[in-house]
Amino acid sequence: MHDGFALLALLVATLRAAAPLLLAGFGELVAERAGVLNLGVEGMMLVGAAAGFIATAATGNPLLGLLVGALAGALMALLFGVLTLTLRANQVACGLALTIFGVGLSALIGLPWQGTPITGLATVIWPGLDRAGPVAQQFMLLDPVVWLALAMPFLVFAFLYRTRPGLVLRAVGESHDVAHALGYSVLRVRYAAVVFGGAMAGVAGSYLSLVYTPMWTENMVAGRGWIALALVVFSAWKPLWLALGAVLFGFVTIAQFHAEAFGLDVSPHLLATLPYLATVVVLVLISRDAGRLKLNAPAALGKPFNAAG
Amino acid sequence: MTIDRRSLLAVPLALPALLGRAQAADPYKVAFVYVSPVGDAGWSFQHELGRRAVDAALGGAVKTSFVENVPEGADAERVIRRLAQDGNKLIFTTSFGYMNPTERVAKAFPRVKFEHATGYKRGPNLATYSGRFYEPRYLTGVIAGRLSKTGVIGYVAAFPIPEVIGGINAMQLGARSVNPNATIKVVWTSSWFDPGKERAAADTLAAQGADYLTQHTDSTAVVQAAEEKGVWCSGYDSDMLKYGPKTHTTAVEMHWDDYYIDRVRQAMAGSWTSGDVWGGMKQGMVKLSRFNPALPAPLVAEVTAKGEDIKAGRLVVFNGPLKDQAGAVKVPAGRAMTDAEILGMNWFVEGVQGRAGT
Repeated sequence: MHDGFALLALLVATLRAAAPLLLAGFGELVAERAGVLNLGVEGMMLVGAAAGFIATAATGNPLLGLLVGALAGALMALLFGVLTLTLRANQVACGLALTIFGVGLSALIGLPWQGTPITGLATVIWPGLDRAGPVAQQFMLLDPVVWLALAMPFLVFAFLYRTRPGLVLRAVGESHDVAHALGYSVLRVRYAAVVFGGAMAGVAGSYLSLVYTPMWTENMVAGRGWIALALVVFSAWKPLWLALGAVLFGFVTIAQFHAEAFGLDVSPHLLATLPYLATVVVLVLISRDAGRLKLNAPAALGKPFNAAG
Repeated sequence: MTIDRRSLLAVPLALPALLGRAQAADPYKVAFVYVSPVGDAGWSFQHELGRRAVDAALGGAVKTSFVENVPEGADAERVIRRLAQDGNKLIFTTSFGYMNPTERVAKAFPRVKFEHATGYKRGPNLATYSGRFYEPRYLTGVIAGRLSKTGVIGYVAAFPIPEVIGGINAMQLGARSVNPNATIKVVWTSSWFDPGKERAAADTLAAQGADYLTQHTDSTAVVQAAEEKGVWCSGYDSDMLKYGPKTHTTAVEMHWDDYYIDRVRQAMAGSWTSGDVWGGMKQGMVKLSRFNPALPAPLVAEVTAKGEDIKAGRLVVFNGPLKDQAGAVKVPAGRAMTDAEILGMNWFVEGVQGRAGT
């Protein structure tokens, strides 16, 4: 029973660790499928985390905090959109600048709020919780944001491949000229995709500052934005592979801790590299067909669109 | 007053002297380099408290400044060099990873004095200083040994370097001194600062039966996790009671205030010399922060008494016999480890579960 319970704890912890990667990753996936490469995920997550925390600390309402976090991320993305879509600045440079800006901005606005205690987002008490078995209880007690994160792969997949707007979005990402010729507003689609990506990054950041570790400290995202970005590329822009990659990364991170706590005799340095190693190896293996990979990458990714030319 | 040619000539001659006096009246510039954001708790925060103490003690005679969040590596050298160029006379670099950059800049600026925390490279103008963190760490082991019901202590640690390993060993020895079956489970996060990872590691340890948690990392995530799970914990670097009002027993706290004030005074008076200071509880450089009011009074009395023993030298933390994890005797009975041995510790004492080093 104890081993079974430990395994369950491992699974639940995996989902919690993977949630920010899923949220930010799927936001970025949508933006990239529309042809916009936004390297500012880390910065948007940080600003979302700080803004969400401040709103929660000020109002005592973590749900509102989550919304403010999403809004802050979306605003950051909007700024990126103005620079790269309207003003057609280089997306790579602007994305990096957005991250640097986000690191500084979040530190600045978060400074007076450091060390403020907040009550994080409460878990939903589902009817029937008391009658459920211990296993079901563990899952029923997961945070609502984790549920949202787990739903993301299916929602984004359904949107991209089963709806007409999803088809338009992919068309814009493949060839903005053709989409434009067909009468679709390339800029409007891209703005929507980028802002959605920013909002998801903001939610991912707020999840960290409101749910995972309810506090604000500078730089608390600690590179998760970059991991989410890398996962999008390594998963060859495929929603289900991205989901697999994010969960796998979370699992190996947590499994590494469990292995150490069990007293496994392996070098901690080696174990620390495992999440990266395992995720890269698995995703490279499943997407090793270079031809298909090229086919999968949005053809217009990172290219500015100019309706006149 | 008539101005004759002679007094006109005297002006340029007197100028340097006048300027020299003006310079002497300028505040003495002292700079600090921090590895993480100052925040409101943690390693860098304690150094910042030291800096503020210098300001308070010496007032207008000094002008202190700091640069926070400086990564260990090439950036650090750039920052330290810049501070030296800007006219700072004494520069404190407060993280182990600044050792080589500080040494290089110290060689280039022989007239500027440097102080590097926790390192071992010294020079005529480069001193080192550190605290015997393991002494209060031993006392938290006593607390953990008394409070833990499962006898399992969960330890979230950053990197397997001697400073961290020494702290884990000291806590294990303290716990075993009151509970012969106590063990420490160690989980490495491979990062000084990653609240998410520290949280996950703490959750993992609690899930595996640890009912006392502690950390050697830079955030308060572990204390928060303990508070949420209702298990005891102790903080590191700073008092973290406000993050764990119900479960935070005490914290291993650093106090650089007196050292910094002394060193700045010496530097200003010209009596500063390079050297190595490794201060313990006796010197007040390390201590336990306030106890949680919920702690049983006999335990507080026991820990306080043992603290006095450490200060008086009656209790030596790394005193033989010490066995490693495999049970082999590393330090024979009747002998205490030397400072060099403690600073190079790369093995766990009996009872620690986990792997030290590669």
